[in-house]
Amino acid sequence: MNETALLIAAMLASGTPLAIAGLGLLINEKAGVLNLGAEGMLLVGAVSGFAAAFHTGSTVLAMLAGAGAAALLAVVFGWLVIWINANQYATGLAVSLFGGGFSAFVGTGYVGQKLGEPVNHAIPLLGDIPFIGPALFRHHPMVYLTVLAVVVVSWFFFRTRAGLVLRAVGESPESAHALGYKVRLLRLAAVACGGALCGVAGAYLSTVYTPLWVEGMVAGRGWIALALTVFATWRPLRILAGAYLFGGVTMLQLHLQGMGVQVPSQFLSMLPYVATIVVLVLISRNPLWLRANMPASLGKPFFPGG
Amino acid sequence: MLRLEPRPAPSRLFAWASPVISLAITILVATILFLALGKDPVKSLSVFLFEPFNGLRSLTELGLKATPLILCSLGLALCFRSNVWNIGAEGQYLLGGIAAGGLALWITEQKIGISRWAFVPLAITAGALGGALWAAIVAALRDRFNANEILVSLMLVYVANLLLSWLVFGPWKDPKGFNFPQSMSFADGAAMPRIITGMRLHWGFVLALLAALGMWLFMARFYLGWQMQVGGLAPAAARYAGFSTRRALWTALLTSGALAGVAGAFEVTGPMGQLTPYVSNNYGFTAIIVAFVGRLHPLGCIVASLLLSMFLIGGELAQSRVGLPSALSGVFQGVLLFSLLACDTLIHYRVKWQRSAAPRLAGAST
Repeated sequence: MNETALLIAAMLASGTPLAIAGLGLLINEKAGVLNLGAEGMLLVGAVSGFAAAFHTGSTVLAMLAGAGAAALLAVVFGWLVIWINANQYATGLAVSLFGGGFSAFVGTGYVGQKLGEPVNHAIPLLGDIPFIGPALFRHHPMVYLTVLAVVVVSWFFFRTRAGLVLRAVGESPESAHALGYKVRLLRLAAVACGGALCGVAGAYLSTVYTPLWVEGMVAGRGWIALALTVFATWRPLRILAGAYLFGGVTMLQLHLQGMGVQVPSQFLSMLPYVATIVVLVLISRNPLWLRANMPASLGKPFFPGG
Repeated sequence: MLRLEPRPAPSRLFAWASPVISLAITILVATILFLALGKDPVKSLSVFLFEPFNGLRSLTELGLKATPLILCSLGLALCFRSNVWNIGAEGQYLLGGIAAGGLALWITEQKIGISRWAFVPLAITAGALGGALWAAIVAALRDRFNANEILVSLMLVYVANLLLSWLVFGPWKDPKGFNFPQSMSFADGAAMPRIITGMRLHWGFVLALLAALGMWLFMARFYLGWQMQVGGLAPAAARYAGFSTRRALWTALLTSGALAGVAGAFEVTGPMGQLTPYVSNNYGFTAIIVAFVGRLHPLGCIVASLLLSMFLIGGELAQSRVGLPSALSGVFQGVLLFSLLACDTLIHYRVKWQRSAAPRLAGAST
């Protein structure tokens, strides 16, 4: 009973960075830009967040530092693909490769350093409820903020005029341009926003989830978050569901390893990656599911007057 | 303000000038970085630009590191030209290394007497099969289920890493290895023959150069190679002409998987001589940069491999010579690719200076 509660809690905690990053990439892709640099932005966010937390002791500043650093990187990406018309795939890969190298370089001095003692985040009263308390109400505030962010983004896209404009930019940039909207600036804003959220996800990983800096610690979560946007068929609420599902798979394998299941730990560690492939296959085999919600101009450059 | 104007035809000059310009930008960024870190820029730069070429030993090490880069980047060049986005060469490389390593271990354990020259074709076959098998998963899932090859090939890198880790921590661990995660050392016959005694450079380097020639022939002189490139440049035209996209997909992935696998086989049976968890130096990912810097051209890939190999050696030396972390070379690689992609714009566009007071249509400014 109590074990299940802890498993649920761990699932929510490990799904949160995936949900934040996935949400950022969703905003990106809704505006028609595909950023394969997610992994690099998470790493840069993680190392900047760790550095900020290490020097100031504040998790809030860590998240802001992560967001700022990753957004900066995303703006460079955005400038290259939106104004300079560089290849989106190649430039995204460049962000991932640069982020990996840069974070390893900056992080050299932080390897093995520890952050302060973890803070107890239990909500008074609610956190004391048996089962539900430990499962749901003893989390870092970021876990709740993520749920809120998903709801807000969902509302923004489907209930506000600005959200409609952003979707138009991703569906048909020519029409949006003809109506007088600044397609390139809007796309850049979406890219920066996506980068910032990836940075927050990275900072959450390095300061809250496992308060340590290790080279390459993001361990493919950026790529899994990219797969998540496909899995969610570009719907915000499904991003959250998918993230918790993947969080569950991650926790399940750790849990099985802890229980001493007679399978080598490496095979259990493969589970999240294999699950990503399986999910991609299941979703992609039906082209209708993808086409229904995929932004029509995803990955296509827009060159006004060109 | 500056405006981009499409050129009537792509500029051949900038197609080849762009890597040179981006290398210059990278060196400039490096100089600024060294100054900012309080290091002597001349001394630091010479670690990257001069030392890798200083003396026979350094040159052979340059060729040694370039070998896997050439092989991996050749396959990637074919893939990218055919619009197949295989970015998991790293995983295919690891599988090739595992396959050839397993073969070498078997030869060692069975005490089979074999000469190094007889071992080379066996290692190539094992490596190619291992790498091609890993790439075949990507091709099959793309072909049958339309699953995105970028994400699938990348996820398989993590799976391959864990597979290797399981083997060297588990069934293939050297029983006399003091519990270190490594296999036993391969027998003397189960290794790549060296070119010069005393140096680690092996004949795989020459084979990689021959592979580049072969790839160049395939791309420039073979009908299938040409069809695949048409499919990459103009998918609609290729469909109309009846060129099979499925055949292009499978050919590109199997070829690049096999080449990356051979690279892994050479590395494991060449300089390493045993399996450890650290079979790759990120060669499969660095090869992506190599392929672009080499203009997706087989002969360009050779030059770009030597260049990136220079960065890798410089990064290793930077630690001992100027006290900078070796991760520095990763930063430079990223900067190089960024500036290359930016400069590549000049192939298709020219930059025009235009007064910002140019006639504006309503709302048409962005």
